[in-house]
Amino acid sequence: MVTSSHSRPGTPSPAGSTPPGRKPDGSRHTTDRPVRPAPVLSFRQRVGIWIRKRGLGPYLLLVPATAVIGVLIVWPAVQVGLFSFQNYGLMQISGVEPSQWIGFANYSQILHDPEFWSSLKISLYFAVIVVPLTLIIGTLVGLLLERLGPRMRTFVSVSALLAWATPAVSASVIFAWLVDPDGGVVDWALGKLPSWLGGGASWAGFSWTNAPLPAYTVLTVMLVWTGFPFIAITVLAGLRTLPPELHEAARVDGAGPWRDFWKVTFPLLRPIFLVLALLSTIWDFGMFTQAYIITGQLGNRDEYNLGLYEYSQAFTQPPHYGLASAAAFVLTIILLIVTVGYVRAAIKQGAFA
Amino acid sequence: MTSVPVSGHPGRGIRRFNRASRKAVLNLLGLLVALFALFPVLWMISTAFKPPSEIFSLTPQPIPLHPTLSNFQQVFSGSVIGMPYWNFLKNSLFITLVAVALSSLIGLLAAIALGRFKFRFRTTYLIVLLIVQLLPQQALVVSLFIDFRKLNLLDSLVGLILVYTAFALPVTIWMLRNFAATVPKDLEEAAAIDGAGAWTRFWRILLPLISPGLVSTSVFAFIFAYNEFVFALTFLGTDTAKFTLPLYVEYFYGQNSTNWGAIMASSTLFTIPVLAFFLFTQRRLASGLVAGAVKG
Repeated sequence: MVTSSHSRPGTPSPAGSTPPGRKPDGSRHTTDRPVRPAPVLSFRQRVGIWIRKRGLGPYLLLVPATAVIGVLIVWPAVQVGLFSFQNYGLMQISGVEPSQWIGFANYSQILHDPEFWSSLKISLYFAVIVVPLTLIIGTLVGLLLERLGPRMRTFVSVSALLAWATPAVSASVIFAWLVDPDGGVVDWALGKLPSWLGGGASWAGFSWTNAPLPAYTVLTVMLVWTGFPFIAITVLAGLRTLPPELHEAARVDGAGPWRDFWKVTFPLLRPIFLVLALLSTIWDFGMFTQAYIITGQLGNRDEYNLGLYEYSQAFTQPPHYGLASAAAFVLTIILLIVTVGYVRAAIKQGAFA
Repeated sequence: MTSVPVSGHPGRGIRRFNRASRKAVLNLLGLLVALFALFPVLWMISTAFKPPSEIFSLTPQPIPLHPTLSNFQQVFSGSVIGMPYWNFLKNSLFITLVAVALSSLIGLLAAIALGRFKFRFRTTYLIVLLIVQLLPQQALVVSLFIDFRKLNLLDSLVGLILVYTAFALPVTIWMLRNFAATVPKDLEEAAAIDGAGAWTRFWRILLPLISPGLVSTSVFAFIFAYNEFVFALTFLGTDTAKFTLPLYVEYFYGQNSTNWGAIMASSTLFTIPVLAFFLFTQRRLASGLVAGAVKG
């Protein structure tokens, strides 16, 4: 409440109708200077007028948010950049030795580390596979939802959103159990599948988390499971903004559902799909929690994605905060490039109007 | 939002049978999607009630044949970390509620500035918020860890509250700003003419009209803070008594990777409150959720 009372004079005032804070308060009015009939203003009122005159209101209201975000998000981001040029390690964090500027040494060490390249490759492959998969499944579900009756639609979309709302930690632990070689339902079900569908007894006891490919297959299914509801609900909302006459016109012209989608729906919803694709890329490329748990809590170095590689540099013994910062910087830059695309798409959509 | 009728077949010239079978196929597909979405969560709950003999049975049962509470007893008695579930629930709720309150308050002020005023850096500020919100947390955690170590904020609930407040803010501000911008200026002007001061206008007009938005942003901030893992993992590394629920569940899983009944029980106790909370508020949320991506 301290902040709000502080910024009270700045609360919105429609331009033009700003009465100065004067009150017809003549009781204590002592006029020892009769030349100026100025009303006696309290300190607060004077501050309020001053703020309004200079248009400082919005800036004052932004002070707390800017301070918090600046200190706890922006400054740490800058620091990551700074640490990436220093030999910051155990000695430096415990204060035994001061840190030194070492130029691009951290970067050159990372770029010569095969583990860095394998982790980057895993992150890229993962995003390239998961993002389209999530978008396709999400869109199909969105189209399905549009065609369902109101009750069924509510039931399906609420069920889907429950998957979306499930915490990443729970989802990871649940999927670890589903694919557990000893009692997991996935190996059991695959064992029951007929062999022409890829099933068979060889699946019994198959371990999904000991090698990169199976582990990231599990993560793919998990992230599609987590991600498709958001896409579906957003696509549904977009579909409902389209006038139904458009589809009818397409149908009259003899277009089937496939052509209708690509010629009518997709072009009109292209901005939404662009935003969804960019957001999904950012989320999936930067995936951490799920990968951390499924790949064995930093235990398997060959299963690191870029986020895990970076994290392990800092938080496995001995810590290399400088190296971690360099990797973190690379990760951030890659994501920033995607983010720039996202911001441009958002501007085009009029998000800042 | 106007309710657009479901675009099915126009009906004319199409036999009833066709319509019915089409509807049946669509409903079946819908049920499959719902099953795919719900299955992992249902399997978690079902496992949490199974005795060990059923968990490792050769033919898994969807519904426990002999339901038991022993898994939950293990979680409540604290047989793993030495502390019961309540301790971690308490930590999580404390951190989450304080962070939500702080980010709502700070976010409301900023949203009023961004939604009701025109000023020079408004668009720039919004763009910066959008970028900041997408910065990878596992990158920032490195320098935050170093800073917090210096400030003695490691192994401290206060440190997590600060971080959660900050990271909940950009989304809170963005969503609240949309609500603030929709309150008609005329309302405020009318009140001003009637002699209402800035303070009165805020309490009587702006706040009541923004409060539905405040509810949805609080829910989002709550879900974010309650579920957050990376910062908790890094900042609460050594002091198990301070663990939040997600960290507790992950630790529980790491410590007894074969006791699936108890792991699923701990995960159920962590997950169900969020999902229940989400179910109660989803009507409101769904509109706020898409507002960011679809131009409203």
